[in-house]
Amino acid sequence: MAKYLMLKHYRGAPAAANDVPMDRWTPEEISAHIQYMNDFAARLEKTGEFVDGQALAPEGTWVRYDGEGRPPVTDGPFAETKDLIAGWMVIDVDSYERAVELAGELSAAPGAGGKPIHEWLELRPFLAAPPTIPECPHG
Amino acid sequence: MNEALLRSLTPSVLGILVRRGADFTAAEDAVQDALLEAVRVWPADPPRDAKGWLVTVAWRRFLDSTRSDAARRRREDRADEEPAPGSAPAVDDTLQLYFLCAHPSLTPSSAVALTLRAVGGLTTRQIARAYLVPEATMAQRISRAKRTVSGVRFDRPGDVATVLRVLYLVFNEGYSGDVDLAAEAIRLTRQLAAVIDHPEVKGLLALMLLHHARRAARTAPDGTLVPLAEQDRGRWDTEAIAEGVAILQAALARDRLGEFQAQAAVAALHADAPTAEETDWVQIVEWYDELVRLTDSPVVRLNRAVAVGEADGPRAGLAALAALDASLPRHAAVAAHLHERDGDLATAARLYAEAAHKAPTLAERDHLTLQAARLHSRRPR
Repeated sequence: MAKYLMLKHYRGAPAAANDVPMDRWTPEEISAHIQYMNDFAARLEKTGEFVDGQALAPEGTWVRYDGEGRPPVTDGPFAETKDLIAGWMVIDVDSYERAVELAGELSAAPGAGGKPIHEWLELRPFLAAPPTIPECPHG
Repeated sequence: MNEALLRSLTPSVLGILVRRGADFTAAEDAVQDALLEAVRVWPADPPRDAKGWLVTVAWRRFLDSTRSDAARRRREDRADEEPAPGSAPAVDDTLQLYFLCAHPSLTPSSAVALTLRAVGGLTTRQIARAYLVPEATMAQRISRAKRTVSGVRFDRPGDVATVLRVLYLVFNEGYSGDVDLAAEAIRLTRQLAAVIDHPEVKGLLALMLLHHARRAARTAPDGTLVPLAEQDRGRWDTEAIAEGVAILQAALARDRLGEFQAQAAVAALHADAPTAEETDWVQIVEWYDELVRLTDSPVVRLNRAVAVGEADGPRAGLAALAALDASLPRHAAVAAHLHERDGDLATAARLYAEAAHKAPTLAERDHLTLQAARLHSRRPR
């Protein structure tokens, strides 16, 4: 019973094995991909492991406070170098092994040529609420 | 309408239906229907025998829902020949339900969800909110769990250790949303202790009560952790401590030591100390030796190293720690604490920062980061 975030990147992750931009896929390949993702989420809801999933637009902006009375700074000329998150899924599973297994399945979503993309997904555990029983006697 | 009464009756009513041959899922639906009916009818017309009323209504609902099914009709006929529900003791039925909900074929999270639903009588929404997952997810988790155990025969004795593990998981979740899972776990363990005579059930109940007694003092109003040594002992619940100690002593007198009793003994020694300085660490080390013997768990050995550090000095603690795998959860935190007590502040600060990085909870991370920062700000940069 631990929650994990699976992060999918537009940019910033290591290159996928089947690394063909999505706009070069056939419409059928795109449909198959979307179907796979939807089926995956539906299946996790049935197993009681689905928490949340959202897709994000490709355009993101870095924003920073720039001092009293000045408008926030947004990133300028090097926007293309930053990591971009494409979307996420949050799962609630019994073990880390199960989380890895599911991330592996998601990474196998079909891409160009109907073959798995083998894309890299980032898997991050959530920081949990403190347990009622302190695990350390001095805690 | 007494919601607590309804919830306490739920498991035995469900247990009776299942023992009479009702499919688990159908029985659960029927009991829910009966509970709704009770909420509607009882305020105006309270029954003399609340449980008998619920069994009768739930059984009728179950029969109604299965009447059209030819295969089930035979079972229904068979069940019709049974005597009408009376005030027969439901002790065994409730116990069976605990075993069913903690059946080894279920994953831990399914077992927990099913226990809270079937034995605890919580709604799916309440359970979902307590575990911070969508209600649809929890509903599926529960219905899968029900399907998994629906073929399980109800005539074999279950494994008490599995039931206790599930209750312990519930307790550990603590408090979130509108349901206090720690209090719920105590209620269920109390109920289990009433129907089964087993020293480890008492041991777990004592352990929960002793930890629960310290809850108010374990966090500051802003949510930060307060270590045991710094807790305001005036905020400990002395009544819960007294009850936990009494239950533990009765269990220990049975001379069938188990891991929960030994853990409760450690907790009792902490609870007994009027100040942190007066803690009987020597005896705590002895209990950890028992725990190592019972469980051979690396986490227990780690906790033992902390106790050794308090009983025999930080060097002895570090020596005990040296024998353990550094990748253990909280290894760095323990090492940091012992190095600090040994006067090596630079190493302690580095290890606190490392421990913070690996902390599994936000409160723990903040606590450990503060320890590192405290040591850094004491030393010249």
